[in-house]
Amino acid sequence: MTRQAYPLGFTTAVESDTVRAGLDEEVIRLISRKKNEPSFLLTWRLNAYRHWQTMHEPSWSNLKLNPIDYQAISYYSAPKSKTDGPKTLQDIDPEILRAYNKLGISLEEQKHLSGVAVDAVFDSVSVWTTCKEILNEVGVIFCPFSEAVLQYPDLIKKYLGSVVPYRDNFFAALNSAVFSDGSFVYIPKGVACPIELSTYFRMNAANTGQFERTLIIAESGSSVSYLEGCSAPMRDNHQLHAAVVELIALDDAEIKYATVQNWYPGDEKGEGGVYNLVTKRGICRGKNSKISWTQIETGSAITWKYPSVILKGDNSVGEFYSVALTNNYQQADTGTKMIHIGKNTKSTIISKGISAGFAQNSYRGLVRVAPQASHARNYSQCDSLLLSDHCGAHTFPYIEVRNSSAKVEHEASTSTISDEQMFYFQQRGIDTENAISMIVNGFCKTVFSKLPMEFAVEAEKLLELSLEGCQG
Amino acid sequence: MLEIKNLHASVQKKSILKGVNLTIKPGEIHVLMGPNGSGKTTLGKVLAGSPNYIVSKGQVLFNHHDLLMLSPEERARRGLFLGFQYPVEISGVSNIYFLKAALNILRAQQGLKALDALDFKALIQKKLEILEMDESFLYRSINEGFSGGEKKRNEILQLLIFNPTLAVLDETDSGLDIDSLKHVAEGINQFHHKDNGLLLITHYQRLLNYVRPDYVHLFHDGKIKKSGDYRLVSHLEKLGYEKALTRELA
Repeated sequence: MTRQAYPLGFTTAVESDTVRAGLDEEVIRLISRKKNEPSFLLTWRLNAYRHWQTMHEPSWSNLKLNPIDYQAISYYSAPKSKTDGPKTLQDIDPEILRAYNKLGISLEEQKHLSGVAVDAVFDSVSVWTTCKEILNEVGVIFCPFSEAVLQYPDLIKKYLGSVVPYRDNFFAALNSAVFSDGSFVYIPKGVACPIELSTYFRMNAANTGQFERTLIIAESGSSVSYLEGCSAPMRDNHQLHAAVVELIALDDAEIKYATVQNWYPGDEKGEGGVYNLVTKRGICRGKNSKISWTQIETGSAITWKYPSVILKGDNSVGEFYSVALTNNYQQADTGTKMIHIGKNTKSTIISKGISAGFAQNSYRGLVRVAPQASHARNYSQCDSLLLSDHCGAHTFPYIEVRNSSAKVEHEASTSTISDEQMFYFQQRGIDTENAISMIVNGFCKTVFSKLPMEFAVEAEKLLELSLEGCQG
Repeated sequence: MLEIKNLHASVQKKSILKGVNLTIKPGEIHVLMGPNGSGKTTLGKVLAGSPNYIVSKGQVLFNHHDLLMLSPEERARRGLFLGFQYPVEISGVSNIYFLKAALNILRAQQGLKALDALDFKALIQKKLEILEMDESFLYRSINEGFSGGEKKRNEILQLLIFNPTLAVLDETDSGLDIDSLKHVAEGINQFHHKDNGLLLITHYQRLLNYVRPDYVHLFHDGKIKKSGDYRLVSHLEKLGYEKALTRELA
C-alpha cells in the first residue's frame, strides 16, 4: 500500500485572463500582442510554430504517455491585475501572495530567505521579483523574461535559441511558439552574483499549460547560482509543462543551476499529474568555463528531461547531479548529454534513481567526445534503488568517443533494501519508514551536498514526504 | 525480566524451536551453548521479532508484557537488544548518524530530550575508548567494509550506547583475535550491572574466562537439554557436545 501526501496541491481563487483553448497563428499573435513584443520575436514564434507543425512527438523514451490533445490546452493564463504590471506588492492580488506564503516563499523583502532573490511565476506570467536593488548595484539583471524582451531586446536577439534552437525537438518548438514568461539573468563581466537567484513556478489555472523560458548569460569571469522550484494544484487531468532553459557561460564563467521539481505527481492510481517535458541545455562557450546542473525530481506524473552541457571552450567543465524519485505510477526518463568539443574538457555525471510502488525510472545519458576534443575526460555513475517488487529501474548509457586520448568511465549499480537490513534498523528501534528515509538520504547524499545548504534540508524533507507510506 | 515458556517456532515450515523454557532475572548472565544448527540463533531472532520466523506455540514475557505481540522496533524501544552474529552492511548511512538517530528514539521513549551532536560526541567518545575503536569508525557507512572483528566491536559499541535492559549477544566472540576478544569482554562487563540481564550465545569457553556467567545451558535440537552453573562449561569443553548429550540422555 502506498499513500502519498501532496500538501502543495491547493488551488488559488484568482480571476484569470485566460486565452481560449487551442493553438493556431492567431493565438500566437495574441500572446505576442499581450506582451507588446517587438516584431522579431513574433516572427521567431511563428517560424517555430510552422516548424512544430511538421514535427511529431518523440517516441523513443521509455515512457507510457497518454496522447496529448494540443488543441484542448489554453496556452496563456495570467492572473488579472488592476494595473498593467504590479509596481508594488499592494498591486498583487492578495490571494497570490497568500499562495506563495503557503508554499513557504515570502515575496516581502524583509521576510524573504536571506541571501536569495526570488522571481515568482504564477501560471503564464511573472508576478514579482525580489531583491532588485541589491542586484542593480552590481549590474546583475534578474527579471521576468517578458520584461527583458522589452528592456534588453539586443541580448534576447543575440542569445534566444542560441543553445536550444526551436528546431531542436518537438517540445522545444512548441515552447518557442507559445512561451509566455520565465526568468532572465544577465551577469556582467567579472561579477560574482552576491546572492542566490531563484524562480518559483506555480501552475494554478486548470486546463492550461505552462511554457516558460529561462535564459541565463554569464559574461567572462562572472559566476551565478540559480535555483528553481515548482509545484501545482492537484487536478485529475494531466497538465502540460514544456519549458526551455538555456545557459551561456563565457570565458572563465561559472553557472550553477539547481532544480527542485515537485509538480503534482498524480494520485496513487496514476490519475492526473503534470507532464513535465523539458529541454534544458547549457553551453560552456568560453575557455575554463563551468556549468553544473543539480536536479531533485520528485514530482510530475511524467518527467522527460536531459539537462545537458556543450563543452565548447577548452578546459571547460560540465556536471550533472541528479536524484529522481518516482512512486506509485510516476514515470521518469531523465539524464544528461555531455558533448565534448573543446580540448581538456571534463564532465561528471552522478545519477541516483529511486523507484517505489509501480513507478518506472530510467536514466538516459549521452557522453560524446568529438574528434578535436583531445584529452577529454568523463566519469559517470548511475545508481538505482528499488523499493518495491513492482517498480522498475533502467539505464541507457550512450557513449560515443571519436578521439583516442579521451578517458571515459561508467559505473552503474542497482540495489534494494534487504529484509535483513530492515530488521537491523528495527532491532535498534527505528521503524521501517524512518529506515527507508535514512537509506534513501544516504543514497542521495553526494547529490544533496551540491545543493545550497537550506535547499539540501528541503530536499531531504521532500523525499521523505514523497515516500510516505511506501514500504518495500 | 524475561520468561520464555514452551516456545515453538519454525522457518519455512521447518520446525526449529521445540519447546524452549528459560527465565532470566535482573542481574543474571546466562550462557547458551550447543552444536551448530541447534537453534540458538533462531531463539535470539525470535525474541527480537524477526519476521522470518513463525511462532506456533508458547509465550514470552518481557518485564511482564507479552513480547510476541510487539513489533521488532517496539521490543527494541522497551529495552531488548540483539547483538547480531553477522551484522549486515548498510551503505550510504553513516554509523554516527544511525547511532544518534537510534539513541534519540530510545531517549524519547524514556521521556528524555534528544542529544545534540556535541553531547552525543562526548557520550560516544568514552565508549570508543573502552573498545579501543578509532573515531573514524563513526564516519564510515554502517558495517560497510568492516572486518569481522570490527563488526563485532561495533555491536558492543551499540550495546554500551543504547544500554538496554536485556541483551542477547549471538556469537559476539566468534572470529575475534585475542585483543579484540578482550575488548569485547571488557565492553560486556562495563555494560552489565545488577538491573540488566544478559544472554550470551557462544561456542567457546574463552569468552567465559572474562565474563562470569550465573547459568549455563546446553541447547540441542530446539530446546534446552541441560542447565547448570559455570562448571558445565568445562564439562562440555572436555567431552564435546556429542558425548555430553549422550551421557545426559542415557
